[in-house]
Amino acid sequence: MNRRRFLPVLPILTLLVMLGPVVAGLWGTLLPAFGHLPAVGLTGPSLDPFRDLFGWGGLPRAVMLSMSTGLLATSVSLLIVMLVTAGWYGTRPFRALERLLSPLLSVPHAAAAFGLAFLIAPSGWLSRLVSPGLTGWDRPPDLLIVQDSWGLTMTAGLIVKEVPFLLLITLAALGQADAQRSMTISQALGYGRVTGWLKTVFPRVYAQIRPPVYVVLAYAMSVVDVAVILGPTTPPPLSVQIVKWMSDPDLAMRLEAAAGALLQLGLVVGALAAWRLAEILVARLGRYWIARGSRGRFDLIVAQGALIAGGVSAILVVLGLLVLAIWSFAGFWGFPSAFPDGFTLHNWMRFGPGTLRALGETALIAFTVAGAALFLTIGCLEAEYRHGLAFSQGAVWLLYLPLLIPQTAFLPGLQTLMLSIGADVGRGPVMLAHLVFVLPYVFLSLADPYRAWDVRMGTIAAALGARPDRVLWQVRLPMLLRPVLTALAVGFAVSVGQYLPTLLIGGGRVATLTTEAVALASGGDRRAIAVYGLMQTGAALVPFALALLLPALVWRNRKGLRHG
Amino acid sequence: MKHLAVLAALLAPVPALADIDPGNWEAVTAEAEGQTVFWNAWGGSTTTNDFIAWVGRRVMEDYGVTLEHVKLTDTADAVTRVLSERQAGEDTDGAIDMIWINGANFAAMKDAGLLFGPYAEQLPNWDFVDVEGKTVQSDFTVPTEGFESPWAMAQVVFIHDTADLAEPLGSMQAIADWSAANPGRFTYPQPPDFLGTTFLKQALVDLLEDPSVLSAPATDDTYDAVTAPLWAFLEELTPTLWREGRAYPATGPAQLQLIADGEVDLAISFSPGEATAAIANNQLPPTVRTFVLDKGTIGNASFVAIPYNSGSKAGAMVVANFLMSPEAQVRAQNPEILGYGTVLDMEALSAEDRAAFDALELGVATLSPAALGAVRAEPHPSWMTRIADDWMQRYGVSE
Amino acid sequence: MDKGLSLKGVTISSGGAPLLSVSHDIGSGEVLTVMGPSGVGKSTLLAFITGTLAPDFRAEGEVWLDGHNISDIAPHQRRVGILFQDDLLFPHLSVGANLAFGLRPGESAAERPGKINEALDEVGLSGFADRDPATLSGGQKARVALMRMLLSEPCALLLDEPFSRLDAARRAQVRDMVFDRARARELPVLLVTHDADDAQAAGGAIVTLGG
Repeated sequence: MNRRRFLPVLPILTLLVMLGPVVAGLWGTLLPAFGHLPAVGLTGPSLDPFRDLFGWGGLPRAVMLSMSTGLLATSVSLLIVMLVTAGWYGTRPFRALERLLSPLLSVPHAAAAFGLAFLIAPSGWLSRLVSPGLTGWDRPPDLLIVQDSWGLTMTAGLIVKEVPFLLLITLAALGQADAQRSMTISQALGYGRVTGWLKTVFPRVYAQIRPPVYVVLAYAMSVVDVAVILGPTTPPPLSVQIVKWMSDPDLAMRLEAAAGALLQLGLVVGALAAWRLAEILVARLGRYWIARGSRGRFDLIVAQGALIAGGVSAILVVLGLLVLAIWSFAGFWGFPSAFPDGFTLHNWMRFGPGTLRALGETALIAFTVAGAALFLTIGCLEAEYRHGLAFSQGAVWLLYLPLLIPQTAFLPGLQTLMLSIGADVGRGPVMLAHLVFVLPYVFLSLADPYRAWDVRMGTIAAALGARPDRVLWQVRLPMLLRPVLTALAVGFAVSVGQYLPTLLIGGGRVATLTTEAVALASGGDRRAIAVYGLMQTGAALVPFALALLLPALVWRNRKGLRHG
Repeated sequence: MKHLAVLAALLAPVPALADIDPGNWEAVTAEAEGQTVFWNAWGGSTTTNDFIAWVGRRVMEDYGVTLEHVKLTDTADAVTRVLSERQAGEDTDGAIDMIWINGANFAAMKDAGLLFGPYAEQLPNWDFVDVEGKTVQSDFTVPTEGFESPWAMAQVVFIHDTADLAEPLGSMQAIADWSAANPGRFTYPQPPDFLGTTFLKQALVDLLEDPSVLSAPATDDTYDAVTAPLWAFLEELTPTLWREGRAYPATGPAQLQLIADGEVDLAISFSPGEATAAIANNQLPPTVRTFVLDKGTIGNASFVAIPYNSGSKAGAMVVANFLMSPEAQVRAQNPEILGYGTVLDMEALSAEDRAAFDALELGVATLSPAALGAVRAEPHPSWMTRIADDWMQRYGVSE
Repeated sequence: MDKGLSLKGVTISSGGAPLLSVSHDIGSGEVLTVMGPSGVGKSTLLAFITGTLAPDFRAEGEVWLDGHNISDIAPHQRRVGILFQDDLLFPHLSVGANLAFGLRPGESAAERPGKINEALDEVGLSGFADRDPATLSGGQKARVALMRMLLSEPCALLLDEPFSRLDAARRAQVRDMVFDRARARELPVLLVTHDADDAQAAGGAIVTLGG
């Protein structure tokens, strides 16, 4: 293989792999949305699908749910993260919170949602702990908490997962924003911690974290698995309804699904535009606020409140996982007992074999996809290094594109397209679909550490006579073992947590831990859900544990790499 | 469903070629070895899924057939898949090899010529099936003609927690009265879930003076008059339901969790042994029991059918045959495992097999066959379709 | 000239503006010192010679080594050694493995340990072959870095302010060691520094940039 010609091709190949399915999917959505679906014998163009869509009684509410849960979840998460960082950055409570939140990042959304559901439902653990002692209940109250009609529980389920994500992104950005000095100066000028941070550091930091914030907004508006578990059902948010139409036995419903998918895309674009306008507005108000010079009388209260909010969101996830663990070992557990009547291995014995099969499938897909993503990422970064290709700011947005376009907007289209050309569904196409979402995360995870590597090492190695490939394999990659393994773990976790790609592109043949767990949600068998949820979480966490342990093991005699 | 029927009617029926002769059992088992059978079956019950997994292990041991359980939420999905495969010209190796099927779905597939057969009556274990005593040759009044083979008998029972509802209730009206006196303690799965629609059918059968009108197809003339008592009953019942009818459990098994949580005291089930199996799995407290209505409850048989374009017909027949074997039937009837009724005729079995059935402990929450009482026939499929649609209009889009 | 390092009309510009221009011949065992204020482009010149010039610079001119034009050869084939301010020992390899990194592939496996130990003995670090580089002192690391470079048998040596990180006591010692070794192997040396003492100790021609 002629290396010189191969490497520069990789960035183009990577873009193709990442954006090709998105474009194909959007095309496969566009055609049916305007009435063209030869597989059912319908040819467009026609506005009937949109007419049917707007004729659906639940549409206004579904749209409202989609927008409100998305905007609310994003704003609240961002607010908590900004205020916590503003009030506590550099202090011990902050470091404790950070250490608590990092592992939570790899808990899959579905598992966190299940944990929350089992915690706060009227017959959930929190209710059982305080009954009948404090509340006098011996039957659960007839309250619609989980799947409430305003989508508040679903919003909470999103917030507890987005707070760790945004916090870690912010910390990465802070490294480059020179926060410490600005804080010292602003405090010397008499500003409280929170106000000082917000006025001096926030604008710089926000510019850095803008793309991930947009990703959070797009995701929150179009998520399906969390909505199925925690969201309302009459009617459900728009994304869930789209998936229902896609699964409808009547193939003609796919047209309505496609129209809905385009509407969803429009909503996301609209929400992003609205958010951008809001940014400008906040900036204007912010300048006015800065000019007024208020020193921040409420800083202390705000800081305390934010820390409590951050801590609560972390504790909810942890307790959620704990209650999943209890259910998985539970004998009979009636209300209002605080703990099960007995503990047993029966549930694990029953569901164990099934989870192991699903785990095998999940791991096979995740490993292949994360490996492929890593290969492409290292290839791109190495091509950038060797041939001096510079990735502009525009390229960063291109990287984020698959994450900004809602999954419900193009995955159904991709499936329909495959149906039209007679392509078989199965594991291969599922892997390709996963790759679209895994690549951006792997790239973002590895890019900074890769580029931060001291290139003088490379110069020296070349001066010692090593060809570029030898430098890559024998010098650069060994030194970057921890970031590489971390990127692999990130890719693995992202693949484990994917729901919609596996469901739609797999055609029901590919059963991963996530699809099985969400399918169990409607069955109410808490023990089965708990076992699958814990296996799913384990599958996502184990690679991170390995990413921490392996370098420590391999480099146990090399002090220089232990802090990698 | 309406669209489906129209689509099916528009397509020219394709003769179901019997490319492998079910009568030549040796040839069938020889060809089956090494095949993979994708059995599309409802996956909402963990006990059923466990049973299917066991079937998979056994057919691998005895016949070398690999069984894959494709978990469905709605059987109609499988029907659509076969239909779209035929449209795409996929006639030899479709994605589905066997479907757990009933009623309207079976009728649609049979009429559209989407099934392989006849095969059921040539299977070796058909000799054990109770043709006289059980409705195994007609499915919701539609004759099977050998295009599907039975594997379980189901009958509607009501599960109740005796800690809160001590005595059985004898009729639908009694249930409505009790629910009015104890609001929020009863619910049923949300149609179009099949157990939810069964509740509606059961209510109608119980409320009508003469349910025999239901064996004829529903027509525009007869529909309104016949179903009027049902809607009156639901008007009375719905405000007293759990969550006041603003939300419903999604499936049958979801109700079990509600009983365990103490949220409801009464639930409908299609499996006489489900309550015992649930107690064994710690899903229900040991105080639950089951009852049937005084006038009897709806019962039917569960079937499996093989699509015309399956690539593993021999393997599918092997599995279908195994499901009718005494070994599988005994296991399915064991309430600690599944608790379904058997399709076999005890007289036709060997003394050993009969003893195995007799030795089964039915379980504390399972009614004996005698106590299960009269089995009411299922209505014609057209009634269920219209009732389900009607319910969704009236109650399915709440608020 | 046949032996030695020659810079022929080397002109480097950045964004259209010329940065520096050098023409000089360095004979075997001679040292050329290039001096100038920070940012004038001294390290860039070295990058040009090693073949690792960043893409935002444009360069003209040629570099000749021992009678061959190496201006267009790949960096790993130029046989030009370089030492930086930091020792830049590979942290994942032992001291011995670091030293072995530059050995020509033709060496038989049996001879390698011998060469490594010889090199360690030469700088007074006998027995250090299995040590973790991070456990060495600053001076020890500098010595290992030097021997690593010399073991690859370069035909010229570039020094990018290699002594500025060392404390005053070590500085003279290491400096002398470097120049002695270079002279012993008859290598042309190009030293980049802003320290006048280094220039004096080098004892060769001095070119000042940014004048």
